[in-house]
Amino acid sequence: MKKTFLVLIFAPFLAFASGGELHLDKAPDRSGDDAALQRGAKLFVNYCLNCHSASYMRYNRLKDIGLTEQQIKDDLLYTAEKTGELMRISMQRDDAKVWFGAAPPDLTVIARSRASENGTGPDWLYTYLRGFYRDQNRPTGWNNIAFENVGMPHVLWELQGEQVAHFAEKADGHGNMVKHFEKFELVKPGKLKPEEFDDAVADLVAYLQYMGEPMAGTRKTLGMFVLAALAVLFVLAYSLKREFWKDIH
Amino acid sequence: MASNVEKHKSDGTLVGNTLEWVDARFPLMSLWRDHLSEYYAPKNFNFWYFFGSLALLVLVNQIVTGIFLTMHFKPDAALNAAGVPVAFASVEYIMRDVPLGWIIRYMHSTGASAFFIVVYLHMFRGLLYGSYRKPRELIWVFGLLIFLCLMGEAFFGYLLPWGQMSFWGAQVIVNLFSAIPLIGPDLSLFIRGDYVVSDATLNRFFSFHVIAIPLVLVGLVAAHIMALHEVGSNNPDGVEIKKYKNDKGIPLDGIPFHPYYTVKDIVGVVVFLMVFTIVLCFMPEFGGYFLEYNNFIPADPLKTPPHIAPVWYFTPYYSVLRAVTFPLFWIDAKFWGVVAMGAAVVILGALPWLDRSPAKSIRYRGPIFKTLLSIWVFGFVILGILGTKPPSYAFFGVIPGAPVAQIFSVYYFLFFITMPWWSKIDKCKPEPERVTG
Amino acid sequence: MTVEWRGKPVWIIHRTKEMIDGLRKTDDQVADPKSDRKQSEFQPPEGLDPETRALKPEYMVVVGICTHLGCSPSDKFKTGAESGVAADWQGGFLCPCHGSTFDLAGRVFKSKPAPDNLPIPPHVYLSESKILIGENKKGA
Repeated sequence: MKKTFLVLIFAPFLAFASGGELHLDKAPDRSGDDAALQRGAKLFVNYCLNCHSASYMRYNRLKDIGLTEQQIKDDLLYTAEKTGELMRISMQRDDAKVWFGAAPPDLTVIARSRASENGTGPDWLYTYLRGFYRDQNRPTGWNNIAFENVGMPHVLWELQGEQVAHFAEKADGHGNMVKHFEKFELVKPGKLKPEEFDDAVADLVAYLQYMGEPMAGTRKTLGMFVLAALAVLFVLAYSLKREFWKDIH
Repeated sequence: MASNVEKHKSDGTLVGNTLEWVDARFPLMSLWRDHLSEYYAPKNFNFWYFFGSLALLVLVNQIVTGIFLTMHFKPDAALNAAGVPVAFASVEYIMRDVPLGWIIRYMHSTGASAFFIVVYLHMFRGLLYGSYRKPRELIWVFGLLIFLCLMGEAFFGYLLPWGQMSFWGAQVIVNLFSAIPLIGPDLSLFIRGDYVVSDATLNRFFSFHVIAIPLVLVGLVAAHIMALHEVGSNNPDGVEIKKYKNDKGIPLDGIPFHPYYTVKDIVGVVVFLMVFTIVLCFMPEFGGYFLEYNNFIPADPLKTPPHIAPVWYFTPYYSVLRAVTFPLFWIDAKFWGVVAMGAAVVILGALPWLDRSPAKSIRYRGPIFKTLLSIWVFGFVILGILGTKPPSYAFFGVIPGAPVAQIFSVYYFLFFITMPWWSKIDKCKPEPERVTG
Repeated sequence: MTVEWRGKPVWIIHRTKEMIDGLRKTDDQVADPKSDRKQSEFQPPEGLDPETRALKPEYMVVVGICTHLGCSPSDKFKTGAESGVAADWQGGFLCPCHGSTFDLAGRVFKSKPAPDNLPIPPHVYLSESKILIGENKKGA
């Protein structure tokens, strides 16, 4: 019954993200905008789908957002052979754990899990993906404003460029000084202008949101029809009740 | 019963012949008469009386959608090729690849919360109109057992999606049992079947959720309805309609359940379905209360989410549990927390014998009852809200939540314990002889 | 770092000199500073230093499961006030479920829901850089 595990000591600390109060930028709502979702899908496949899987999502589901089977095959299929396959990656989780400190999470439902009292999941992702800044104390050289000490490097740095974060010291009411985020400063421009980068991230976030619940649009449309049908049924049921009850006093 | 005497006589048609054949072998017509067409219910049911039939509707919904979910769900905590637990992945498979799977899954998850809303309102109706009083004590006790089963069913079912909240919720609740002196730690181990919540736990919870508890639940619902139809329904006036009958033995204030209440309940069902559809189609997560955000992260036994809270319907009792922070008689605080939580549910069962008021219905009860009940309901809601917050929570940032929870927890019990005394001296109005419509 | 033993997280934490010194300050705030209460499930190794609760003071080996209801506390290594901890915080752990706090030796603070210190698993140093968890003796 005694299981034993051999352990190599080399990491000085546990690295967890510590949560706190955080201001989130509002992500633009692009659900239902097929062109934006297609651009987002392309960004996702190019930049995310090497380390992160989306293992509940099938490639051919992208027909939902207006892509054809052939387009999916030509533009998006790098790691799979058939469009009916799931968006898996070839990286082994154990390797990933060694390389990044933690295996990169599956992103299929990330937009749903990241919702909190601070904002919706897309808001968090929109803030996170635009919130990488240079930090020489981190092994990757990057830190993030929405996810302190994150293991992930800034994958989109080519597009965004490099920014540094400015913090101000602020009293917290207990006599201690607390670091308080003020603003980012772009120190090295990227391929995209800041507005273009925000736009691209908004597309990517819209795609992640879509992928979290591909049937979200259907569900809302269906809801309208069901409600309309129930409204008719209500009138009928209520008339029937009145008819039966008219002699009860 | 009358069923042995008046058997159905055929009118010569095929339907009539079939009915006669069946009725000679099975008490079909007498069941129909006793429970629907000749079950006389008071004619003055109001809004609060919809929730019994709605509870039955939600039960059927949970069973039917549950059957279909069971066809596709895999209770397996092992990691698949992509490194995700199979159980978690199978839920997403239902949401994406099973035709209409997402509707069935949302019906089941929304139905779980709807069940508790409906049952809480149904129980509150009992409190308002004294439906637990003589001769309906057993109906109330059966109902309480149904509520206990429902809590068990919800708890076992919540582990199945194998998300972070599933895992850590089960971990915390199972560990509650380890607080019992002497046998506690071994008992937790026995329930889990492992040192931590694991595949063994998932499989046994699945078994309890899909067969063991539902069997008991359905049996108890049958007993609940049989007991109700034996003594007859209460009503908003709290008076017995059986006191005044016409020459055929039919209560003067009674109307046959079918067709009057069947057509009325259909209206209630349609309204309920509209609310249900709005939640299901436009806000299936209900702001993180029906489907918690953290439960979209697969279970990770090495990392507790930064804030964990039970699903909303358990939070009042969870607050009572947390309110006990001091040891008693050399036994840990957590043991007494568990005892308090259990007692908070079980004490409801004593209600028929605690209430000594001359009037049943709130319409004729005095100011003491109205005031104390209002505070009790307010306290229950506050306990529920606090249960969703971390222990350090303060209202508006200034009123600390922990002592508030302790005050209302004490009040919760005092309300019941002191009831025999205050319900007797309360100034009630005289009850009417007949229902007032 | 975190490893898994019997399905539970076991933390192995490198403590700096300041952290070890900080433990002295928490001595009178914790419920059971010398770990006199017996651990229930398994035997810790013999020869633990009562204050740092470790075989080697700079490495803490502890089961990261709160003794209250089994959540895994999160680290609050920074000293000073932070959300959920007191202003004279010396660094330690906060359990997200019911707010129990532990110092950097896994000792529970007074009047918190958790009754016991975080348990120390049986472990033994095989060499300077290797630990075997689950046994208290080499080669067993």
